[in-house]
Amino acid sequence: MKHIIIGTGPAGVVAAETLRKRMPEADITLIGGEPERPYSRMAIPYHLMGNIAESGTYLRTAPNHFRNLDITLLHQHVNSIDAAAKSISLDNGNMLTFDKLLLATGSRPTRPPLEGMDLPGVVSCWTLADARKIIAGANAGDDVVLMGAGFIGCIILEALAQRGVNLTVVEMENRMVPRMMDDQSGGLLKQWCQSKGVTVLTSTRVKCITEEKGKLVVELEGREPLKVNLVICATGVRANMELADGLLDTNHGILVNERLQTSHPDIYAAGDVAEGKDFSTGGYSVQAIQPTAVEHGALAAINMAGGEDALHRGSINMNVLDTMGLISASFGLWQGVDGGDSAALDNPQRYRYINLQFEDDRLVGANALGLTQHVGVLRGLIQNQTRLGKWKHKLMEDPTRIMEAYLAQHVPRHGP
Amino acid sequence: MLMKSLYINPEKCTGCLQCEMACSFENEGVFNPARSRIKVFTFHDAGRFVPYTCTQCDEAWCMKACPVEAIVLNAATGSKDIINDRCVGCKVCTIACPFGTVNYNSASGKVIKCDLCGGNPQCAQACPTGAITYIDADATGLERMRLWATKTDTAHHAAA
Ligand SMILES: Cc1cc2nc3c(=O)[nH]c(=O)nc-3n(C[C@H](O)[C@H](O)[C@H](O)COP(=O)(O)OP(=O)(O)OC[C@H]3O[C@@H](n4cnc5c(N)ncnc54)[C@H](O)[C@@H]3O)c2cc1C
Ligand code: SF4
Repeated sequence: MKHIIIGTGPAGVVAAETLRKRMPEADITLIGGEPERPYSRMAIPYHLMGNIAESGTYLRTAPNHFRNLDITLLHQHVNSIDAAAKSISLDNGNMLTFDKLLLATGSRPTRPPLEGMDLPGVVSCWTLADARKIIAGANAGDDVVLMGAGFIGCIILEALAQRGVNLTVVEMENRMVPRMMDDQSGGLLKQWCQSKGVTVLTSTRVKCITEEKGKLVVELEGREPLKVNLVICATGVRANMELADGLLDTNHGILVNERLQTSHPDIYAAGDVAEGKDFSTGGYSVQAIQPTAVEHGALAAINMAGGEDALHRGSINMNVLDTMGLISASFGLWQGVDGGDSAALDNPQRYRYINLQFEDDRLVGANALGLTQHVGVLRGLIQNQTRLGKWKHKLMEDPTRIMEAYLAQHVPRHGP
Repeated sequence: MLMKSLYINPEKCTGCLQCEMACSFENEGVFNPARSRIKVFTFHDAGRFVPYTCTQCDEAWCMKACPVEAIVLNAATGSKDIINDRCVGCKVCTIACPFGTVNYNSASGKVIKCDLCGGNPQCAQACPTGAITYIDADATGLERMRLWATKTDTAHHAAA
């Protein structure tokens, strides 16, 4: 069996390793378009903070990890797929044939269609190559604009603040992390950043960016322009689906079934590029997060190896974010469901907040600020669809008693 | 070789917190229950105490989710251990673990979890009532232990 995996992010790497475990004899080739060893995008902020070297972002630390597993690792861009011939073509002109193919090509940052977004001083924060530009251009005393205060923007925000730049964050929507946190917690997050000396302009649009005497001029709607050294754009991402064009069914990502199989039976997709099953809704959507990439990668590989009983029951959308020391988390259907109940506890003075969403007596979603201990049980309760019974009412009165509710439902009186 | 595992019987727990003290001293060098990796939860209404920590589950959600291989399997004990030097403090493991047994420590900027003290768990040593023991984990016992912590594994049937 010849397996080819395109993409060396977490989805691709976990898939290759899982395939090897299941198929000791198979021919496995892992192909990535970037020059570095397989690395983790989500470790980049910690590199920007100076906490780790570039090597600290590597997904696997042992120097010969892939060779030891007899996985062929190629640093090539894949240009096209020929589904009829079951082959792919590489940048260096080579063609490779496959029995099963996995697309784990991830996503890439997008930029709004504004004048000046292609100026050299405007960068993304997505790859190690981007990180090098930021390290060169954003240092103590530099003026920097961060466009976009979504999840990725907020993670970079912390790293930039630690680099000692004069930072202004510009967000089009009315609050920070609008797709991860509700109004209340998004508002608290903004207040927290302001209190730490970061200017956050929400409900503010960038009109265009121009260059003047070696500086970038960021023109804003209804405000004075900002003159800065560097603009970091984190306004959105899009799935890397070019290889699927005209070949596979796509929507926001490549459509897959419960086996992570695309509309072509020998081609699978996993991670940021795949529109996979959502545990909470039962529908299909892109979840561009690390835990989902890993789950997809493992399951796709099991199915590529002929696994029988490996259907995806769906991944839970979840995030945890540290914004200059204030930790926020979101799980599942944090916006709530029709006919459901919710319980919230708000302590803005202490930057504490928790919001639980129930359907019947089951937890289906949550937002939390300032919660760091045992936060994973929120996932546990959602994933187990635990019937909370009378504990639901206790949580409605005091949503902070989440750990007690978990233990009460999951630990029997008499031990194992 | 038969692995051992922590066996917790809440019925026997009197809430004395010796386990928390022993854990924090062994791992953090201080007698401070707040720094312990095992936690005794109190149900005031029922007068019940429940010691709780990582079961070193096979699924190892934390280990699989880690983006930089900072959680590794200890082949000798079966525990999943944090490599402090590699951990970047991203906290993904804390939301990935459905048992809530990986916690962020803001003082160090890294996460902490039970590592069975390398095969000699101090909580079990310290527990005066036998509520926490470290015993041979025969297949069924271990299975029950894990069921005890979470009822079902619903994310996917087949672990890698
Ligand atoms: C700065 C930053 C911070 C983040 N923080 C978090 C976080 O805290 N928590 C979280 O859950 N997620 C976070 N994420 C998101 C997370 O990194 C992604 O969800 C994850 O990387 C997705 O993995 P993947 O394997 O699907 O794709 P990727 O990691 O994007 O990997 C895709 C790979 O495919 C390669 N590729 C694409 N097209 C081709 C081609 N045609 N030929 C060859 N190779 C190709 C790419 O070069 C790359 O190697 C963060 C992302 C960024 C950028
Ligand atoms: S917090 Fe540390 S151990 Fe946990 S996932 Fe992140 S890097 Fe890995």
